[in-house]
Amino acid sequence: MAVKLMQGNEACVAGALRAGMTFYAGYPITPSTEIAELSAEELPKIGGKFIQMEDEIASIAAALGASLAGRKSMTATSGPGFSLKQENIGYGIITETPVVVVNVQRNGPSTGLPTSPAQGDIMQARWGTHGDHSIIALYPSSVKEIYNITIRAFNLAEKYRTPVILLLDEIIGHMREKVEINEDDNIEIIDRKKPSCKPEDYKAFKVNKGDIVPEMAAFGKGYRFHVTGLAHDETGFPTGNEIKAGQLYSRLMSKIEDNKDDIVTYEEYKLEDAKIAIVSYGSISRSSKSAVDSLREMGYKIGLFRPITIWPSPEAQLFELGKKMDKVYVIELNAGQYFLEVDRLAGKNCQVEKFGKINGEIITPEEIIALIKEENHA
Amino acid sequence: MPSELVKKYYRTDNLPHIWCPGCGNGIVTRAIVKAIDTLGLDKNNVCIVSGIGCSSRAPGYLDFNTLHTTHGRALAFATGVKLANPELEIIVVTGDGDSSAIGGNHLIHACRRNINLTTIVFNNNTYGMTGGQYSPTTPTGDKGTTAPYGNIDPSFDLCKLSAAAGASYVARGTIFAANMLEKSIVEAIQNKGFSLVEAYTTCPTYYGRKNKKGSPVDMATYLKDNAVNVVAWDKLSAEKKVGKFVIGKLHEETRPEYTKAYDELVESLAKGD
Repeated sequence: MAVKLMQGNEACVAGALRAGMTFYAGYPITPSTEIAELSAEELPKIGGKFIQMEDEIASIAAALGASLAGRKSMTATSGPGFSLKQENIGYGIITETPVVVVNVQRNGPSTGLPTSPAQGDIMQARWGTHGDHSIIALYPSSVKEIYNITIRAFNLAEKYRTPVILLLDEIIGHMREKVEINEDDNIEIIDRKKPSCKPEDYKAFKVNKGDIVPEMAAFGKGYRFHVTGLAHDETGFPTGNEIKAGQLYSRLMSKIEDNKDDIVTYEEYKLEDAKIAIVSYGSISRSSKSAVDSLREMGYKIGLFRPITIWPSPEAQLFELGKKMDKVYVIELNAGQYFLEVDRLAGKNCQVEKFGKINGEIITPEEIIALIKEENHA
Repeated sequence: MPSELVKKYYRTDNLPHIWCPGCGNGIVTRAIVKAIDTLGLDKNNVCIVSGIGCSSRAPGYLDFNTLHTTHGRALAFATGVKLANPELEIIVVTGDGDSSAIGGNHLIHACRRNINLTTIVFNNNTYGMTGGQYSPTTPTGDKGTTAPYGNIDPSFDLCKLSAAAGASYVARGTIFAANMLEKSIVEAIQNKGFSLVEAYTTCPTYYGRKNKKGSPVDMATYLKDNAVNVVAWDKLSAEKKVGKFVIGKLHEETRPEYTKAYDELVESLAKGD
């Protein structure tokens, strides 16, 4: 058992390597740069590939290209870079190319406060690329959890053949915590399913019975297939046929939406007898958890619901939460982005309120305690 | 009946292609395939990567590992594929707008790295897929749907640009001199570094019509009459070069190749150097 003092961004690279990452392409941007720096240091040591590309767009493009050549790939960025990557996230979605895209969120819009934290890209993670689509976005809240959730991000990318967004923020990205990593841990590592058929029978985008996604060959292994961002049929060749295009888009969405039970994870904290719930995630869930502990001591029946899978959202759980609570507070470092989702679900049965900040400051436990005390009696 | 070459290398199920009658893209595509055939490359080991535009539709018709990416990004994707698997022989198919406008940044950096990719630019002086807007290679004064009064932009010389940025092999050819174009592509593939072959092709439907260039045959004839081989070009006076353009091998140098340099780094780390 190795006990290490680790930074969040460092844990992300450690998790990625544990998951089998052998390719990283990136571009320097605060506060994600350490992920590129550590990948540059570690990958060549294990025969993996690191490349600093000329821009953010090229970085995700190279990562997708490497994935098609058979490697587990990652790119990391922050706000402005995340904006630039959006078109190729869509390319990864329609071509079903596994890749992990890390966004260590910072304050914005635009250059904003580059070294200050924010959780302002929640909706961009969901809807940043154009067109109808589903997406998987995960958001850990501690250094150890960054390690584990990065592995999970790779696993989900491989299993569902899709880009997975790993949301961090400046606080958890730069925070240092004691982490216990046991390399012998029985951690599940998922690899994409390779074709079992002969090359001449291979249809690159046909889903076999009982499978969730098509089997994925790598370039150069004898399966000569076509990949395009155009709507395509089962062979991968472009199609203008409405039925085939509709089937493709529906399948791309349903492979995620129909498997929420597998994809969605969350933490429930002191919710058993609670009448008030806080919904909070990432760094700010730490303030929320601390506030819950203090408020409990003051006699408040309060708990925390922390989505770890942000998208697809824990729809059923948030709906149930609304039935059990008198009131739900969504506390996040933005102007109320996830509030929209929580209000849509929990809000059917209870009052949902938002509390956020957008000036680069964090939300402290004291602020949360004051907010709850002002509006509720123990 | 398709020729033996077509049967061997094309995905005939996907034909006919989308290109207009008189378009030169089929000739450039054929030159690429002939070059592959001449070199006897293993189909399983060839990867053809393209961006967006008329020319970038070529890979879909070809029976290799084929990747049709986003607009301008073919070289960035290709860089990832190549670095991930340096054994693959990668040919990037792109257009003038794709490679030098939206993808210009990737072009100069691929040249700078001297990564072993062979890039074929189908230069038809226009954005054909979107209906004939002016591109960075539209000659000054020529018209496009977005240059109704004539283009005031100066145009890029993609060969000079690539050579200056570090490409280790640069050539230009035309669809009229298709055999010479094929020879250039053979040399480009053989070069162990970044190679660029600019293929002058024709868009009679948009660029030609908009600029009164005549029939597809007239446009090909123009390429014949005004191309000057590099050997003769150097002997021409500045005056005589006006209105003409140079074809042939324009630049060649030996520089360290990117994926090889990376492999050497991996090796030295393994040895504990």
